[in-house]
Amino acid sequence: MTRAYSGRPVESVTVDAVRRGEVTRDDLRIHPETLEAQAVVAERHGNPQLAANFRRAAELALLPDEDVMRVYEALRPRRSTAAELSDLAEWLDGRSCHRNAALVREARDVYARRDLTR
Amino acid sequence: MIPPHDDPPTTRAAAPGPVGRIRFMDAQRVNLDGFAVENPELGLIALSSPYDPEPGLVLEDGVVTEMDGVKAADFDAIDAFIAAHGLDLTVAVEAMALSDVAAARMMVDPSIPRSEVVWLCAGMTPAKLARVLALLRPAELVMAMTKLRARRTPSNQAHVTNRLDDPLLLAADAATAAAFGFRELETTVPVLADAPSNAVAVSIGAAVGSPGVLVQCSVEEALELELGLRGFVSYAETVSLYGTEQVFTDGDDTPWSKAFLTSAYASRGIKMRVSSGAGAEVLMGGAERRSMLYLESRCVALARAMGAQGVQNGGIDGASVAGSVPRGVRGLMAENVMVMARNLESCSGNDALMSESDVRRTARTLPILLAGSDFICSGFGSIQRYDNMFGPSNWNAEDIDDYLAIQRDWGVDGGLRTADTGAIAALRERAAQAARAVYSWFGLADFTDEQVAAAVDAAGSKDLPGSDPVAVTNAARLIQETGLTMADVVTALQETGFEPEAERLLDMLKVRVGGDCLQTAAILTPEMRVLSLVTDPNDYTGPGTGYEPTPERQAEIDAIRQRRSVEDLRREQAAYASDALRPAGPAVQRGDPREVVIGVSPATGRDIWVTLSGLPVVEALRQLLAGLEEEGCVARIVRFHDTIDLGMIGLSAARLSGSGIGIGLQAKGTALIHRRDLAPLANLELYSIAPVLSAEDYRLMGVNAGRHAKGGTPEPARNPYTDEAIEARYHTRVVSLVAIERACCRAGAGPEELTL
Repeated sequence: MTRAYSGRPVESVTVDAVRRGEVTRDDLRIHPETLEAQAVVAERHGNPQLAANFRRAAELALLPDEDVMRVYEALRPRRSTAAELSDLAEWLDGRSCHRNAALVREARDVYARRDLTR
Repeated sequence: MIPPHDDPPTTRAAAPGPVGRIRFMDAQRVNLDGFAVENPELGLIALSSPYDPEPGLVLEDGVVTEMDGVKAADFDAIDAFIAAHGLDLTVAVEAMALSDVAAARMMVDPSIPRSEVVWLCAGMTPAKLARVLALLRPAELVMAMTKLRARRTPSNQAHVTNRLDDPLLLAADAATAAAFGFRELETTVPVLADAPSNAVAVSIGAAVGSPGVLVQCSVEEALELELGLRGFVSYAETVSLYGTEQVFTDGDDTPWSKAFLTSAYASRGIKMRVSSGAGAEVLMGGAERRSMLYLESRCVALARAMGAQGVQNGGIDGASVAGSVPRGVRGLMAENVMVMARNLESCSGNDALMSESDVRRTARTLPILLAGSDFICSGFGSIQRYDNMFGPSNWNAEDIDDYLAIQRDWGVDGGLRTADTGAIAALRERAAQAARAVYSWFGLADFTDEQVAAAVDAAGSKDLPGSDPVAVTNAARLIQETGLTMADVVTALQETGFEPEAERLLDMLKVRVGGDCLQTAAILTPEMRVLSLVTDPNDYTGPGTGYEPTPERQAEIDAIRQRRSVEDLRREQAAYASDALRPAGPAVQRGDPREVVIGVSPATGRDIWVTLSGLPVVEALRQLLAGLEEEGCVARIVRFHDTIDLGMIGLSAARLSGSGIGIGLQAKGTALIHRRDLAPLANLELYSIAPVLSAEDYRLMGVNAGRHAKGGTPEPARNPYTDEAIEARYHTRVVSLVAIERACCRAGAGPEELTL
């Protein structure tokens, strides 16, 4: 049985429950463990990169929408200084988003070399 | 690009212009297309440029230190990302050592399983994979695509847009597209602010048309993500990649921001693929002298490196740039196969209209349709060309019947099916009503019965009497500002009496929680089963294996609505039945030298009443009689029961006739003049093309028969000429009409006189 982010079994999310206001956004949100399970499936099917993506996603599943949008914006070309990207990576580490933090640090190093920092 | 026959300026006397044959050729539609001289300096080169790098890979301690001739210290952002994430280093040495030809043969050879090919390709650098793909000839690309696509079952994607962003029409058209079998619908906006409204309207319409249809709204990256987070779209595709660093960053992203975006979608359970495709870098003046295929190879390698499950490529917006150079169209298909070889979902282009010529644009798509792809088109315009806000597609509403016929001709599954004519009307009505109800429920807009009726019947937005663009923008603004989510739309549908649709939309939200649609090449069946690389892997290993439509699906492909059976034709004919022709006893030979007998076939005036030209048989007979009367002849109508052969009917009529001249008429309208001393297969005059014969033609044949009877030699009547595909139009009816004639035939029965 698949559980939503809230822990609620997805089967219990019915139209009636929605109408009665008994369904929260977290009842329709994917659980990080589900993403980890999908990562295992992707690995088994010859795509470790897809698996790595799902594992980064599992970390992001914990963040609110605004934070996800904010990190995306900071990674676009010439939006951030190298120091800001370092801070961002640290912030991500603080929220157990270690894989995403590593991605941001890697970006920082390449951006600095390729003139993509602010 | 150089327009055809743009003569260089000259001071000499003007050279004579091209002859008529060339002027005539110049005027054909294909010459509206631009054709470029291959030019590597500008990147106008399809498969391989002299400036493409030599493939190569150097590893030190498990790290890439050089790739395709570039040292790690000089890697641009794209190289750096691919080198860090994109290559399976455990297989890279073996893969890079394999000769290009050996690798190309592996892609085509059915006995080598797909899994082995994708495993090897995971270790190939962009330059290597581009070289391998460049070796595949067109028929080999078809074989490679058949074998390498991720999902066993092919599918298709539609564009659903209109010039007005009219929500009722969007909903009706989305329901229509779903009914025709499209499993992904992509909308976009002429006015950016309308995006939330379009996403909601298309999602409602899709839910009316079929369960499990994925919906996206193509807009700027950040807004598209936001629409996804609020549940208004169920997949995303507008995540563009480019093959050079310059063009990539001009697109306001980097490989890292795009990789993050990819994870952001997955973190909310939303399917996404990236977009790339030949020609984009050329258009932006940033191809850096590389071939289109090599630059695309960088994009596809990057897509895999980022962890995207799929790629939309095959030209896309640059399709006509690719199409302008030699081997460009082949290159577009090679890109698709490259995506498949990297073990990703292929959404195979065939969207932007790449030629003014119907022949060229069909030829561009056909091999992909025959091979089958995860999505044949990454945007078949399910609406009319003028309503497509992506620009006209290579296939449009104008072409849906063509496409259905081509599927049937070749017995292939291009993802579409014939939608029942009555069902379409009902679905459009329900979709427009559902959209109206939801918009009214939230106070977004109030639509009238007349607006609903107009949207239901409209073939396009030009058929809508008037619309209020401000109302749409207001509705979109309210959706945006009030923080509505798709769960709220589910409630609105339930409260306004659209329970099944509420159920279907909620199911689309629940799909995200399960995450199965994140796997490669996932689509949902109408039964809400996920078909993907995981659940429906392509297992092609030669004839007798791989995807084959089920008997039910084959029947669906075969049952286009224009097909007719003998029974259909019999019913059609019966509607014209009359008692104008009545039997008047056995026919005998007579001696009046002014007499001409008109012999008719067995079914004439019994089971067949209308000729192929739509003229009632009785009217054709009246015209023949009038012509004979004009010449002062006496006429008799005789039905022959023992043959359907027109020559024999005409000859038998001539033998009964006092003058020795007879007319033969088949019920389908074919007619001739015969004389009793001629061989059966000879004749004096013949109308062989019944579908083009008019009343006047039969009149003239009557006159000429009269003149023959009187011993004259009239100028023979000729078949009216037509350059239409008259055989394509009528041959199926001919077969049925002949079958009906045959059924009326009775051996040994004597001729029978008829009165009119």
